[in-house]
Amino acid sequence: MNLIPNAAGRRVPDKINGRPAIHYKGVGAHIPSGRTAGRKIPSCTAYPPDGNKVVNDLRIALEMCGLSDGKTVSTHHHFRDGDLVANQVFGMAAAMKVKDLVWFPSAAFPCHAPLIEYLDNGVIHHIEGSMNGPLGDYCSHGKMRGMAVLRSHGGRYQAVQDGEVHIDIAVIAAPAADAFGNCYGASGRSACGPLGYAEADAWYADRVIVVTDNLVPFPCYPWHIQGQLVDAVVVTERIGIPEKILSGTTQITKSPDRLRIAELITRFAEAAGIIHDGFNFQTGAGGISLAFTHFLHDLMREKSIKAGFYLGGSNQLPVRMLQDGLIRHIFDIQAFDLEAVRSSHENPAHIACGPFTTYNYHGKGNLNSLTDIVVLGATEVDTDFNANVVTHSDGRLMHGIGGWQNCLFAKCTVLAVPSFRDRIPVIVERVTTLTGPAELVDVVVTERGICINPRRTDLLDAVKGTDLPVFDIHDLKQQVERICGGAPEAPKTTDKIVAAIKWVDGTVIDTVMGVVDDGQ
Amino acid sequence: MFEAGCSGPDVRSDCLIRFNPDGTDIKIQIESKVKALYGKQIEAQIREALHKNAIKAAQIEITDAGALPYVIWARLETAIRRAGMQLSSLLLPPAVNGVRQDSPRDRQRRSRLYLPGNTPHLFINAGLHNPDGVILDLEDSVSPEKKDAARALVRNALLAVDFYQCERMVRINQLPMGLEDLEWVVPHGVQLIVLPKCENADQVRQVDDRIRRLAPKRQIWLMPVIESAMGCFHALDICRASERIAAVTIGLEDYTADLGVPRTAKGKESFWARSVLVNAARAAGIQALDGVYSDVVDTEGLLAAAGEARSLGFEGKGCIHPRQIEIVHRAFAPTREEVEKAQAIVDAYEKAKATGHSVAVLDGKMIDAPVVKRAVKLLEQAKKQ
Repeated sequence: MNLIPNAAGRRVPDKINGRPAIHYKGVGAHIPSGRTAGRKIPSCTAYPPDGNKVVNDLRIALEMCGLSDGKTVSTHHHFRDGDLVANQVFGMAAAMKVKDLVWFPSAAFPCHAPLIEYLDNGVIHHIEGSMNGPLGDYCSHGKMRGMAVLRSHGGRYQAVQDGEVHIDIAVIAAPAADAFGNCYGASGRSACGPLGYAEADAWYADRVIVVTDNLVPFPCYPWHIQGQLVDAVVVTERIGIPEKILSGTTQITKSPDRLRIAELITRFAEAAGIIHDGFNFQTGAGGISLAFTHFLHDLMREKSIKAGFYLGGSNQLPVRMLQDGLIRHIFDIQAFDLEAVRSSHENPAHIACGPFTTYNYHGKGNLNSLTDIVVLGATEVDTDFNANVVTHSDGRLMHGIGGWQNCLFAKCTVLAVPSFRDRIPVIVERVTTLTGPAELVDVVVTERGICINPRRTDLLDAVKGTDLPVFDIHDLKQQVERICGGAPEAPKTTDKIVAAIKWVDGTVIDTVMGVVDDGQ
Repeated sequence: MFEAGCSGPDVRSDCLIRFNPDGTDIKIQIESKVKALYGKQIEAQIREALHKNAIKAAQIEITDAGALPYVIWARLETAIRRAGMQLSSLLLPPAVNGVRQDSPRDRQRRSRLYLPGNTPHLFINAGLHNPDGVILDLEDSVSPEKKDAARALVRNALLAVDFYQCERMVRINQLPMGLEDLEWVVPHGVQLIVLPKCENADQVRQVDDRIRRLAPKRQIWLMPVIESAMGCFHALDICRASERIAAVTIGLEDYTADLGVPRTAKGKESFWARSVLVNAARAAGIQALDGVYSDVVDTEGLLAAAGEARSLGFEGKGCIHPRQIEIVHRAFAPTREEVEKAQAIVDAYEKAKATGHSVAVLDGKMIDAPVVKRAVKLLEQAKKQ
């Protein structure tokens, strides 16, 4: 493995887990070639003519689908921290004495901490997916055998489509499914909303197992996943806890500082002329984003402005705007709360879609670039406007990329961040881990004011003469360092690369080194 | 072991320092969420503080949740003092610009944000929410056993925290303890002292004397808080007791307790007291500021209460949460109709003066001098919004 400097000046490996890797070449610079990947050609003769693919339990399904050493198994995070399926799958793999699996989740959550045991005892070789909570800590300490690979949601689709990752077995948790394998996410007692993240897996995996706690009569319609892609259906006690979809930051912030950030974004967007009839927008599920959506709702009602589409993960706030006629459509990959689950089921203007229609960079168009404004978070932003979303300033892996990288392609990307957290500077000289390149980060809004990327002279001009607190990001960094007592030390790292960070086109934009614990 | 500060799962931007003046050398143990980023600086800061005070042997343990340097100094100083040691060199942080500037006596004081004196994470961004003043509180929000810790913390905050355009106020304790508080804050950047539970002019004079001794060259203002029936009856004396008094306010929680009646949302029970206060203030030529509205969630109620305060003659209202500030400012802002009318009055007056008329007339009505005066004041106020 050699390290080569990429277009962003970061040294990245030319091989990851034994396979060749391409270094990042700049935004839009890497032109893919070749053909998309494909699964093995199936034949209906191998499946029951009566269409009943139900098998007795998960073990039989996994055996039938050829689970064996070294295979890649995928699961999805539609239940977020309430997922009950991934742990069952690897528990069963352990019981079957299978080794060296690769787990390819669409995201991991603290509820997956029990999988650390399987990483320790060899059932799982490594994880290619988001690394947060206990798994992030485990990986940061260099305990995982393989290198973690972090991708955005769109990047995950791209990796599967382009053949970078071949999924041997996909296990899809479905809140409603029929015996043929058609499945749907927004009904049943475990309703979780659209099943967007499972779409790539359904199309490209060699084998697909549907696990449901709600077997419905054929046909399960409407469907998110079609049964013609499914090998086996397993009925189980419980697939997930929908109440835990809410886990994490899905409440409007009460912090006055964060509310101030949301207010500044609203005022900025209005002053810059972004809030006009038919504008499209996207906000995350973090506290500041939710508050921004709330303020935007008030502003649009007051000024009688109607938006075109809202790009989700959606939640109750855009759902209310949809109902009030302030948004025409919601495009939704994933529901962030139960109101969104309900709306996606009942409202035809609430459209379920997967990463392939929105986030896949290697598609014939990009819904993200139709978005007028997106509000995102970050753990660090540097004075060049590069941003980090995966590690904390001490170098520890903490968050997955989610749709974050994909969303950067909006016409105006706003990062909503405090300028420091307690004593941890967020505005820094150079981000610890490059996740988003500077040319795509347009505006940084903090409690102390607004910094506009000098590349966006149009936005700088648009807010000239307003009373918005706009200033140079270098000044902000200086202010933060004065408050925090100087620039922070560089975190101590080991010389082992524990994770690679992929850009949306599959190239390697940065790496994460192991952390050194000095008795914290 | 002597300790100062706070630690625990909910504590942010603070630290707990344990100090043991034993052993043969300096031993420092740091546990911190920012150790990877600022561990060396924290150790250097502590070593420097000990060196300056010629402390050559001590064991120090710090449990830190992202305390800023000024907080670490304050906590360390308190721990050392609690060990019964004197400091030859106070642990003062570098001062931000303008910290020793006086504030204008008649400056706008529509809102003042109360900040509990021993809770540092509320300090650092307080000024961003644009209150006209911040009150670092040493009195009711600080429990008796933490008064010493709060004094050091408030002193260091006055120096190190940029409160931007806010007037920096400190609420001292009731006398006599409050006189001792003055020693901590008067030399270090306070602009206005809030004197709680004030009942007579003599209390004001004691504070006035002490301030003069501590900072003879500074113009530090005073704001007595009247919180009892006795205070109400002495209101005019109090307001005229010192040239330093810039404003007076009322503490309704204690006042209603003194009367033995419940405090209601409508505030009928305090109507007399509030009117007395406004009249005493006007007679003494100072500002009357209303008390706080305690229900943080009820923004409609706050808007109504602040509007009522304005109609009674108050020029400002206390805030206990940053989200109240903008609402209070809105309530105290002159309305467009008021501004237009005032402008018309001033225009008519100027026109009459220019044309040599002794009496100005607007819409068939004669304009008296006090009407003009009020209109000018309102326009000035409107300009500041």
